[in-house]
Amino acid sequence: MRLKSRTAAVLAAAALLVGVAQAQDKPAEIKIGVTTFLSGPASVFGVPGKAAAEMIVESLNKKGGIAGVPVKLTFIDEGAGGEALVSNYRRVVQDEKVDVTFASISSGSCNQLVPVAEDLKVLNFMWDCGAASILEARKYRYNYRTQANATPEMLAILVYLLKTKPDFKTIAVINQDYAWGRESWEIFSTALKALKPDVKVVAELFPKFGSPDYSTEVSRLLALRPDVVLTTSWGGDLDTLVRQAGQRGLLKQSTFVLAIGESSIQRLGNDLPEGMIVGARGDHWFLHPEKKSDPAFKAFNEAFKAKTGSWPIYPVYHMAQAFAALEATYAKAIKSNGGNWPNREQIVDAAKGLQFSTGFGRPVTLRPEDNQGLEAQLVGVTKSVPGYEFKVLDNMMIFDPTAITTPAGTKSVDWLKTLKPDFITMNVPTFKH
Amino acid sequence: MAGWTSPLRIVAVAGFALAAIAPLFVPSWATLVALILAKAVVVLGIIVLLQAGQVSFGHAMFFALGAYASAFWGKYIGTGDLMVYLVLGATISTIAGLIVGLFVVRYREIFFGMLNLAFSMVLWSLLEKMFHYTNGADGIRVARPTVAGFSFTPDAFQYVILYVSLALALIAYVVVQRYLDSPLGHMLKAIKSNETRLEYLGTSARRVLLTGYVLSAFLAGVGGVLVGVIQGIATPEFGFWTKSGEFVFIAILGGFGHALGAFAGAATFEIVRYYASAQLANAWQLILGVVLIAIILYAPSGLIGLMRRNRPREGGE
Amino acid sequence: MRAGVASKRNLMDSTLVVLAILDGISYAALVFLVSVGLSLIFGVLRVVNVAHGSLYAYGAYFAATLSIAVAPISPWLTYPALIVAAVVIGVVCGGLIERFLLRPVYGREEVLQLLITFAVFMIMDNLQRLIWGVQPIFASEPLKLLPNIEVLGVNYTSYQVVLLPLVAIATLIGLRYFLRRTLAGAVIMAVTEDREAATAIGIDATRVYLITFMIGATLAALGGALALPTTSLVPGMGTDMIVLSFAVAATAGLGQIEGTAVTALMIGLARAFVIYIQPEFEVLVPYLLMVLVLLIRPHGLFGVVTTRKI
Repeated sequence: MRLKSRTAAVLAAAALLVGVAQAQDKPAEIKIGVTTFLSGPASVFGVPGKAAAEMIVESLNKKGGIAGVPVKLTFIDEGAGGEALVSNYRRVVQDEKVDVTFASISSGSCNQLVPVAEDLKVLNFMWDCGAASILEARKYRYNYRTQANATPEMLAILVYLLKTKPDFKTIAVINQDYAWGRESWEIFSTALKALKPDVKVVAELFPKFGSPDYSTEVSRLLALRPDVVLTTSWGGDLDTLVRQAGQRGLLKQSTFVLAIGESSIQRLGNDLPEGMIVGARGDHWFLHPEKKSDPAFKAFNEAFKAKTGSWPIYPVYHMAQAFAALEATYAKAIKSNGGNWPNREQIVDAAKGLQFSTGFGRPVTLRPEDNQGLEAQLVGVTKSVPGYEFKVLDNMMIFDPTAITTPAGTKSVDWLKTLKPDFITMNVPTFKH
Repeated sequence: MAGWTSPLRIVAVAGFALAAIAPLFVPSWATLVALILAKAVVVLGIIVLLQAGQVSFGHAMFFALGAYASAFWGKYIGTGDLMVYLVLGATISTIAGLIVGLFVVRYREIFFGMLNLAFSMVLWSLLEKMFHYTNGADGIRVARPTVAGFSFTPDAFQYVILYVSLALALIAYVVVQRYLDSPLGHMLKAIKSNETRLEYLGTSARRVLLTGYVLSAFLAGVGGVLVGVIQGIATPEFGFWTKSGEFVFIAILGGFGHALGAFAGAATFEIVRYYASAQLANAWQLILGVVLIAIILYAPSGLIGLMRRNRPREGGE
Repeated sequence: MRAGVASKRNLMDSTLVVLAILDGISYAALVFLVSVGLSLIFGVLRVVNVAHGSLYAYGAYFAATLSIAVAPISPWLTYPALIVAAVVIGVVCGGLIERFLLRPVYGREEVLQLLITFAVFMIMDNLQRLIWGVQPIFASEPLKLLPNIEVLGVNYTSYQVVLLPLVAIATLIGLRYFLRRTLAGAVIMAVTEDREAATAIGIDATRVYLITFMIGATLAALGGALALPTTSLVPGMGTDMIVLSFAVAATAGLGQIEGTAVTALMIGLARAFVIYIQPEFEVLVPYLLMVLVLLIRPHGLFGVVTTRKI
């Protein structure tokens, strides 16, 4: 988006003047606009995300807020659809004048809102959307992704699969037909071809998003008998797929890899058998092996269970990451400003290169080159243990992000092609339940 | 048709003036008003067909074609100019309207509606599934275009697109209302009441309906380009049956006896949706549904009809 | 696990043809149940019921509520629970819609009647989210009670390949018998032929409309209830079903009961084959068929021209 140079100069001068002239008193509140799914299928992520935000803000405000300023939340429903979403986002930023936004869950929403946030010059944390292409296509100043993206997530899954099942010969994929389903497969298959070229892809199925019935696809997979079946589905679609596949014995016949299945484990209960490879879009698991004895972690999980009836899932931890990033940003900005309250632009700049931690997993770093978050990845296998009505994860590997995230300035697909088969020999610690 | 100071005309002038001025004071209204105007343009086309007593449940296809034309240009050729988008989108949707129209004008009422629905669902399924061309369910971003060669900052652009939409909407409004008052427009009404009469006069009913249909496709395409640019995206939902239903809903809500009904309906619909989805995120569909039922049961000529009812000395219908 | 071998040639072999046929039949059974209700309502009342998809969804959701309630007592109770749910939704919701929302607009323009049902769809869709929430709901007890069947090395649930087609066939035969052999059916047919003449001989046409709408609504709800054990219930399930069932009913010819069964079967089989051969076009199939059929025969494959076209 080119500015005429004279207009740019005028605007820049105005911004400077405004920045200097503004008396930097502490504001009465820090207002956060959060987009999340309150309706539609992705509300299985959105509603827990909202509950998490409310819980976190409540406990923050009890301690005085962020740097002593109370926090106020406004929610925008991503489920209202593209037009209403963009209109509402603009209204919240321009009329309600929020200080920062957390947008969004769906990559489609991010694709729309990230440029708008940049236009409106508001600090935005991409708190849950996974499409790598957004930050690879363009440099942003106001947008930061406080979590990983599809590339390290899928790569972690692939390396886990290759480490635990090195001899599989055939694979099939069944993903939801939209950007996440397509991109996640592109990443996985490109890397697979580079790391183990002799594997044959016997079927690539992309049923319509929200499809209520996978019977025909299940029949086809039963007939084709692949060694491994990958799916990056989530929500109701994943529930239906797992149940329909389970009812007909497909889960026993092929090794299923549920790339983001952590979010469905509790809902599926006994319909999810043992031995499924499950990913968590980050190192998120309410029984995280490195954190499960930590009292703050346990308290958070218990509080969430008391509030909503279920243990936290990864969107909950992603929301916590966005808040942790915000707190760290303000802290850093105040410190750079000599203890005084920073102005908007100083806050935005403070997020550059930030390192932060929720305490519920490993720390996250925001890469200064492209504002992409470097987040560890946890992958495990389902196992039945007494005391829980659903399967828990066992044989968990936690991957360090630096090796598995696309280097800054490269497109994921190009980088993946350069991987060599010895990539999987990386040393990764394994944790039992 | 009443004279210069007819209440409808006053309302029209006041409404358009408000649309031009109010967003200057409340910036977040710029996008909202632009959307209202763009959608009203599409609904004008629906109203044209409603004059002939025909409801199309497939006009979302022309709307989608307009939006995707702009998006494809941006994707395959590069950032374009709004004028180019408009010409391209309007041309494609008009040609499509001619082709589809040649088939559908042979049918009436439920069959007309059904066939339009079928065509639009075919387009929708292609847009949804041809992932490598259309990016599937997520749609294609429409990059902000230059306007007649000038590029604008994001802040300025929201006003530019507003005034472009306003200008186009005004032109469309005047043209459509003139068309409805013209002999061709009256022939449309004849299709609704007694088609055979038309044939006796020596005109082909099909040709009359086709003219109206192509006009409505053109309007839908223009509206599609505008909405695509305003929202910055074109998605398959633009061609789904619920979108066609939305346009028909707006036409009935506003009242399809007069071109102003498109604007009254679009304004009401969008404003209710905008504020209801903010305040009552869980109930805006409910509210709109109840409103529609109320209109149909108690005010079937729509909001415009309500207004006219209160002025019994108004000329015309 | 032996490695699978697949190539385009194999996809055409007889194994996969048989599998596709089985998949097509089970899918067609559900689609038929929903479409036939829509077709019946249009045939008699001349109203396109856009809320049909919502009735389908409500049938499923209410069946889930009942199933979850009775399952702890005995899983076999979930079967009657499905039927009860369908009847309750059909009679109550269907009755309320017809009596208070449709009846005032009979005789008005068709588009207004259609829009009323569109408004009802919006309201019901919203209420559904308020009542049952947005989390996916699953209640598959009925399906688990029945054994699996193995066909050519592939497991099928007998619920899907035996029970559902049987219910569809029973419904088809039942409807045919009802409409052609019973007095009530004759009354309905009479009102359809000529409402005025029927009223003249003392038939209460208003009641006939109400009963017919209830029957159609019950069929839609039954489709939903029977779909419940196989799928997750999520918001939006009605929206896709309405346009699909409409495509089937319109392609068959609105008001044609047997024709709807044949068309549902056709579309079900076409879809299954397409998924095996070229899965991207799965969604396109019903609408492409609808366009092609309506262009050649606007009254549908089995429709009978009873009035002038213009």
